[in-house]
Amino acid sequence: MEDSEIKALEVSVEQIWEIARKFGLDPFPTNFEIVPATVMYEVGSYALPGRYSHWTFGKAYHRMKTMYDFGLSKIYEVVINTNPAYGFLLETNSPVQNKMVIAHVLGHVDFFKNNAYFSKTNRRMVESVSTHARRLMGYEFKYGRKNVERFLDAVLAIEEHVDPNFFIKREISPEEEKRRLEHRRSEGRYDDLWHLDDPSFGRIARDAEAIEPSPDKPREILPDKDIVFYIMRHSPTLAAWQRDVMAMVHEEMEYFVPQMQTKIMNEGWASIWHARILRDLDLTDNEHIEFANLHSGVVSPQKGQINPYYLGYKIWEDIEKRWENPTPEEREKFGRPGGEGREKLFEVRELENDVSFLRNYLTAELCEELDLFVYELVDEEEWTITEKKWQRVRDQLVANMTNFGFPYIQVEDGDYNGNRELYLKHSYEGTELDMRYARKALEHVHTLWGRPVHLETVIDEEKSLLHYNGEEHQED
Amino acid sequence: MSIQRNDWSLQRKGIIDQDRHKERVKEAIRKNLGSIVSNESIILSDGKRTVKVPIRALDEYKFRFDYKKRKHVGQGDGKTRVGDVIGRENQPGAGTGAGQAGQEAGAEYYEAEVNIDEIAALIFEDLHLPFLEEKAKKAVQSRKTQFNEIRRTGVIANLDKRRMIMENIKRNAREGHPARFGDIKKEDLRFKTWEEVMRYESNAVVIAMIDVSGSMGEFKKYVARSFYFWMVRFLRTKYDNVEIVFISHHTEAKEVSEEQFFTQGESGGTVVSSAYQLALDIIQQRYRPKDWNIYPFHFSDGDNYYSDNDEAVRLAGELINTCNLFGYGEIGEEGSASYRRASGALLSIFKDRLKDQERFVGVRIDDKEDVYPALKQFFGKRGVETPN
Repeated sequence: MEDSEIKALEVSVEQIWEIARKFGLDPFPTNFEIVPATVMYEVGSYALPGRYSHWTFGKAYHRMKTMYDFGLSKIYEVVINTNPAYGFLLETNSPVQNKMVIAHVLGHVDFFKNNAYFSKTNRRMVESVSTHARRLMGYEFKYGRKNVERFLDAVLAIEEHVDPNFFIKREISPEEEKRRLEHRRSEGRYDDLWHLDDPSFGRIARDAEAIEPSPDKPREILPDKDIVFYIMRHSPTLAAWQRDVMAMVHEEMEYFVPQMQTKIMNEGWASIWHARILRDLDLTDNEHIEFANLHSGVVSPQKGQINPYYLGYKIWEDIEKRWENPTPEEREKFGRPGGEGREKLFEVRELENDVSFLRNYLTAELCEELDLFVYELVDEEEWTITEKKWQRVRDQLVANMTNFGFPYIQVEDGDYNGNRELYLKHSYEGTELDMRYARKALEHVHTLWGRPVHLETVIDEEKSLLHYNGEEHQED
Repeated sequence: MSIQRNDWSLQRKGIIDQDRHKERVKEAIRKNLGSIVSNESIILSDGKRTVKVPIRALDEYKFRFDYKKRKHVGQGDGKTRVGDVIGRENQPGAGTGAGQAGQEAGAEYYEAEVNIDEIAALIFEDLHLPFLEEKAKKAVQSRKTQFNEIRRTGVIANLDKRRMIMENIKRNAREGHPARFGDIKKEDLRFKTWEEVMRYESNAVVIAMIDVSGSMGEFKKYVARSFYFWMVRFLRTKYDNVEIVFISHHTEAKEVSEEQFFTQGESGGTVVSSAYQLALDIIQQRYRPKDWNIYPFHFSDGDNYYSDNDEAVRLAGELINTCNLFGYGEIGEEGSASYRRASGALLSIFKDRLKDQERFVGVRIDDKEDVYPALKQFFGKRGVETPN
């Protein structure tokens, strides 16, 4: 890219920023970086620059890079949720592509900054992951690359099983909790009656009765959804460095969870704003046509599938319309005065995640317009459309997004059989686990726990238990 | 707000981890040689250098839903109705992949692109012709290139960079500069050079016999051919000068060309002794045991005419006496366990009557994955190797 082009792009960035502010967007300051494809795909496959090494990243990188080399797919943009934020631009982008990407990135950054689910994310994550990478490299040096790699294999097998609300727990430090407990004991026998109105007090009181903390045994509250954290704290066999590795993976997952929870909203949000910003930008006729082409490529239905960009985009547009120009019925039934479109958009972007967004704002009309349907495999042969009633479609979509699409599994007992065995329970909600994968994943859990592990789930509508003791699988 | 452009030319992380992945692929291939050896895409590769083989060991295992038992949500073109079929199983691309993170159903398992030569190198690592003896006549050669010398001149491709850097540092230090790398001069260059080592081995001929009778179904023929596929490859890679004689038989045996051997399909009954007799005749006419190392191998389903069994055993004994090693592979029905074998099958008779013969190897194959172990049994290292 020529220096003059960069100068021109700098001017565009300023313009786009001004327009975005004018629309009411409130992003972090954002630095843009022009990079070659190799770097783009590297950042894309690691999700953050400077992360630790693992073969699975190499595999993703290789796949993405190959797709790019063969012209099958192209990433235009990668954005990093930090403050200041980072946007990566592919050095082969055309000026219009760059403008669109810059506007799109600012939409994402506004979302990162203002959506409630991101309020606890570490905005200096790039620094954190690079210290993680350094520490891991140190462990590789000290304990052997293969050993660290095998261990990471096991941790990554369960990395999604963290608690999205982990920060609530973490905010009560052990000292703080002890202080609270002592405080409570000093009160009179019936004094807690005074606190009945205070919901948070009740919770802590109950917990405290369940488990008297002893100095040598860390506090356990079961069931625990955060399998990674639970094993890290309570595994009978892990070495200190291994617990540290788990802590790092856990911290990185905590950072990624909000992005997994808001994929549709976030992409839709960025897409409506890039469209509006570019409309306000001084483009030549040719640039307008190029932009229209690009935009329709991003925001277009994919037959048979759900394109999160398109679905999100349509819902956002619909929300604005329904609050800006409510129908007479809506005016009367919901008391919407109209003219609140923009305001409503910003409220939703602050408060919802994908699950609540779809549940609250995917309407019958939209389901019909988008021609959404539920499909499933019939007679193990044909993928068939089995449902078009909009509530059912919406509920299925919400169900598939729940727990970011992963089975909900909790730690039920860390001392099962009175023998320090780990008992996991899958909360069955109508879909069975992939059994081959479950058995292999259980082997990974065993690597982490070091003693027999069990998984309760449902197979053929019957409660079943998978066991793995380090040597063989059993099932009953 | 800023736009930056940095020099990323030293950024190698993705590439480094890509190598880690490749390493894992290699490791997985090594561990799964059994199933790769008999993979259709290799046996039927038809001269292609690289083929794709599925390797399950490289899946990233997680707790996940059974994709086929899950209900998915999709989007149509506005005209869909309940009951429409939007895709079929086993038809990749259609109707699969709801596009959520971590559950792309299309990638059921990882397909590694493998180079057949690399696989061959792995398989042949420990294989050799057993009981090979020195014989009088023209020698079998095996050639090896050994890098065993360092010189000051040579081909630039063979530059030994490590030594060059060391020489350079030493020279800098000698000349009173800081002992650091820099300012390379011609005298710092060091080259690796090689020598071609010839090893002379004895003459060898392999007699490959295959049963093409009516009872040899698709699976059995496939197994026999994949064994011979690798055997032929192995002999041609490791030994420059091994002759191979191809014999196919049903009730009669005849010598055939390599191409016929691997492609022809025939029917009829089975008279094993016909093949052994032909082998013995060929040995007598063209490969006198005094001058040749002789290795007859025979694959059959063991379904021999009952009345021929005694003759077969007698001739097999004769083959063992004249040859270095006689190998017999018996192929069962796909997936059948050995206990189902009828007692009349040839392998059990051979095992019974030839059990004291050190130079007889009998192998049973019930599964494609048994081909690799069979190769190892025939050509693998033996406990003691006594020429004679």
